[in-house]
This record gives sequence, C-alpha cells and structure tokens, in this order.
Amino acid sequence: MTAFVPKPDLPPPPGSVGLAGWMRQNLFSTPLNGFLTVVVVWLIGSTVWPLVHWAFVSGVFSGRTAADCRKGGACWLFVADRLVFFVYGFFPRAETWRVDVVFAVSAAVLAALVIPRVPRKPAIAAAAFVGLPLLVTVLMHGGIFGLAQVSTDQWGGLTLTLVLSVVGIVLALPFGILLALGRRSRMPTIRVMSVVFIEAWRGVPLISVLFMASVMLPLFLPETVHPSKVLRAMIGIVMFESAYMAEVVRGGLQAIPRGQYEAAGALGLGYWRTMVLIILPQALKLVIPGIVNTFIALFKDTTLVGIIGLFDLLATVQATIMDPAWPDVATEAYLFAGSVFWVFCFAMSRYSQSLERKLQTGHRRR
Amino acid sequence: MAEAPQRTAAQDFAIEIAAMNKWYGAFHVLKDINLRVRRRERIVVCGPSGSGKSTMIRCINRLEEHQSGDIIVDGVPLTQDLRNIEQVRRDVGMVFQHFNLFPHLTVLENCCLAPMWVRKVPRAEAEATAMALLERVRIPDQAKKYPGQLSGGQQQRVAIARSLCMMPKIMLFDEPTSALDPEMIKEVLDVMVELAEDGMTMICVTHEMGFARRVADRVIFMDAGQIVEENPPEAFFSHPQNDRTKLFLSQILDH
Repeated sequence: MTAFVPKPDLPPPPGSVGLAGWMRQNLFSTPLNGFLTVVVVWLIGSTVWPLVHWAFVSGVFSGRTAADCRKGGACWLFVADRLVFFVYGFFPRAETWRVDVVFAVSAAVLAALVIPRVPRKPAIAAAAFVGLPLLVTVLMHGGIFGLAQVSTDQWGGLTLTLVLSVVGIVLALPFGILLALGRRSRMPTIRVMSVVFIEAWRGVPLISVLFMASVMLPLFLPETVHPSKVLRAMIGIVMFESAYMAEVVRGGLQAIPRGQYEAAGALGLGYWRTMVLIILPQALKLVIPGIVNTFIALFKDTTLVGIIGLFDLLATVQATIMDPAWPDVATEAYLFAGSVFWVFCFAMSRYSQSLERKLQTGHRRR
Repeated sequence: MAEAPQRTAAQDFAIEIAAMNKWYGAFHVLKDINLRVRRRERIVVCGPSGSGKSTMIRCINRLEEHQSGDIIVDGVPLTQDLRNIEQVRRDVGMVFQHFNLFPHLTVLENCCLAPMWVRKVPRAEAEATAMALLERVRIPDQAKKYPGQLSGGQQQRVAIARSLCMMPKIMLFDEPTSALDPEMIKEVLDVMVELAEDGMTMICVTHEMGFARRVADRVIFMDAGQIVEENPPEAFFSHPQNDRTKLFLSQILDH
C-alpha cells in the first residue's frame, strides 16, 4: 500500500489573476471584444473627458459675479450666490430658521427609521406621521405661537420639492395599498370604485392633473374653503401617485400563493388580520423595487408644479437662468439641478437595496 | 363582543353533513354528501384525484362554499353568517398538502400568531403552549428558524403544531404527506397517529392505507363527487362491497 503524498499548492498562471487577468477575461477575451473595448474607450475619452475638463478643470469655483467667470470653463459661482434662494425659495430671510428646524427634525426621524439598530421603529413612525405635519403647519406656515404667518405661496426651492415629495410618498403608499386591496375585493361596489379611481388618475398626465387641481378644484369646493396652491398640488400628486402605487402593490398581492390566504383563513384570522399580518408583509417585500421606483419618479415629478406657478427647485434654478445678472449659465444650472436630484434619488435607491438585503431573512433559500 | 352563534340541539356529532351539494359554476363537483362524524372519531377519506375529497373537507371549514344541503360543525351551522364561519374556523384546525407556513415569520411566530390575535392569548402563554406543542411534534430546537430553513417533514410537523396551538376540537388533514419524500412521511404519520390516539376528532384525506388501517374508525371511499362506500378498515380493505372500491384498492394496494 503506497502512502498518500499530497501535491503542493502552486500559484495560478500570472496572466489569469489580478488586473491583467481581469482585463484579459472581460475586455479582451476575443478579438471582437478587444476591438469593442478599444472603440468604447475612445468614445468615453472623446465625450466624457471634455465634459469633465469643462466642468471641473476649467470650471470657476471662486468669485462673486458673472464677470469673474472664464470663457470655455463652467461657471459655478451662481450656486453660492443663489443658494439661499434655491433652498428656501421666497421664504422670508428672517424666518428661514423655522425651515431649518423642520429639516433637522425630519433628518433625525429619517435617520432613526433607516439606521438598523434604533429600536421601536413603528412607534417612531407613528409619532412622526402625526407630529411632523403638525410641526410643519405650525413652524412653516405659522400664524400661531407668535410666529409670523408665511403663506405657502412663498415656499419654494428645495423646501417645496421636499415637502411635496415627502407628503406624496408618505400618503401614496397607504392609499395605494387600500386601492390595490379594493381592486381585488370580492365586493363589486368597492372593486368598481377602485378600478374607476385607478384608471381615471392613471390615464391623465400629471401636468393636466396639476392644472385641473389648480384651476378646477376651487370650483368644486364651497365658497369659504380656499386651499392654497401648494395644497392643491399636493392633493393632485397624492391622487396620481396612489393610482400608480396601487398597481405596483397589486402585482405583489397577485404573487402570494393562495395557500397563504387559506392557511390564514383556516386559523381563524379575519380579512384585515390576514392582510396586515400575513399577506401585505410578504407582498410589499416582493415589490420593494417597484415601490421605490414609484417614489423616485414621484420625487422628480414634483418639478411639474412649475406649470401652476409654484417655484420648486427646478423652477428656482430656471429663474436664475433668466436673471440678467447671470448670463449664459444655462448648462451649469441644469447640471446643478440634475445633480441635486440625482443625489436624492440615488440615496433612495441605495436604501432600497440595503432594505431588500436585510429583509431576505429566511424568506427564500437564495 | 358579538353574541354566540345559534347552536342546534344535536351536539353529539362533531360534524354533520346532510344532503350537501356543491357546484363550481355549472360543474357538479359534490353530489348528495351525507356524513356524520362523532366526537373522537377518526375518518380517513380516500379516492382517485378529482373525486372531490379535498373539496369536501374544505367545505367543512368554509374554505369552499356549498350551494345546497347543511353542514353543522360542533353544533354551529355553516351559512353565509360570518360569525358562524369564524366560530367554526376557530375550533377546526387544518393541515395542508403544501404546508402553507408563513415564510416571513419564525416557526415560533407561526405558531403563536393565531392564538394571540384570534383567541387573545397573552404572548408569554402563547409561546409556552407553542413550545410544548413543538416538543410534542419533536422539533423544539427549530423554534427560532424560518420555514425556508426546514425540511419538508419538519415543515409539516410545524404546520400540525401551528394548528394545534389553537386548541381545535376537530383536525382536518388534506393529503398531509403527499408532498413529502418517503423518509419524511413516517415522521409526520407518527405525529398524526399520536394525535389520533390522544382522542382528537380527525378527518384525513390521504393515500396512506397503512395509516388508515392502524388508526381509522371508518374509511370512506369517494369517486366522482359521491361517497361510494364507508366501512371500518378491516371490512373496507378485506371485503370491499362496491366494484369501484375494489378497482381502486387493487390499483393502490398493488405497489
């Protein structure tokens, strides 16, 4: 009987690992791939590099007025000059601390809900659901506790964008869930009403919804009720996005096997307990990509309120373009606005991915 | 608190099905079903697929609705009245072929959910009952795991424990071992045999004839929506009276 002699471990061939190995496998594996790699690198070099050069290398970041800007380089000076306008809109300068307080509290609530280790999230969420609107009304609208009243028409810039988006996001999800459940209901009245609502609000563009909300809503309301433009825009956005959210949630509900409903029923759980404890947790988990997609779209759709005369972030940036003090900053202005939107949307996207990772606990073996 | 649903006089029977008929649209799926199950009685229902046996037991806890005839469970008639349905579902437990555990909850949470939310049992008591029942089905160590981490046989035993946590008076089994590998069938059948020997009223739809011989008080053969034959197991297996029964037994007992 011969003894077992283990063979020594050898290092892999040099061209197959490390950067050279990766490049060989992924970029130059066949002659066609190699050619395509060269073409793509040339394309990137000829388009992206000039942009980066114009924006950052020749860009002017310090100075006071348009005169300090160089030709052939991006002029970013308007950002510092107009930052207060971009963030607060027409809010009176002396009262902007109130907006800061609302931002700080909201950021704290958001951090508490997002960071995994913070306990009692449902309680925090419930308290915020009730408390934050109150805080916003008292602090930002004012008129009580000795605070000067600031009409909502003066809200603008990033403040307005965030207010519209957060209200839209926070209300569209529960309404969407109710509509989705209604559409799947066995009671004909509820089902018909849900279908009509969804198809009506989904079928018209958001621009016309905002327009109608702004112009027609006052006609339907009694003489004494005068909702502000911001409130009308909020209502329009929430109705529109709920209809979209309803269909996303319905997709998730459809994916839950009938056995789950049957098992819950056989255990004696009624309709609402089955939905809240068993079905919705599974269904919502399934459609997190769709839900976050809708949220991100909502955030960007708020730019349409420019059509009814509200000055959200995009509109304030556009106003700067029209301003004679800053001629010819159109490209930089739109790039700036786009970057701000991108930062928020990307943050939502990253959070959604981390949420999905966290919620994979035992749900599927993958 | 809603008033208790009306109970009929005859409470000696756990389940009474009288002249029950069910249609799926125009298709007559259950024809003139008459069945009376006494308390502590064990019934095994067998038959070819499509015979309506699963549909029949699903009518007992109103997972399916019957269009004519009466079903009375523990004295509570099954009608459109939601209170009756909820009362029946509280007292009747069901185990499904595909387990239907809730994948987003741990085993312990699966078992505690219904007692806490339906019977309003406090959490500590529900957990104690659940652990005791998990021990009875011999998987107390899996309490903190998720269903996706368990084997089929373990999942089915959790499903049995989950139903038992509601302290039902009647247990319904809808082909509980049909989706299991052969090695796991035994562990589930052992649990069911123990349950039967402890005196639970049960109706079991199954193809496991060994289980029927061992535990059943009556074996019922169904075909084409009708009850063809019912007898105690010795008579049923050795002296089947109906031709259809003989044919079925020859097919399934041969292998």
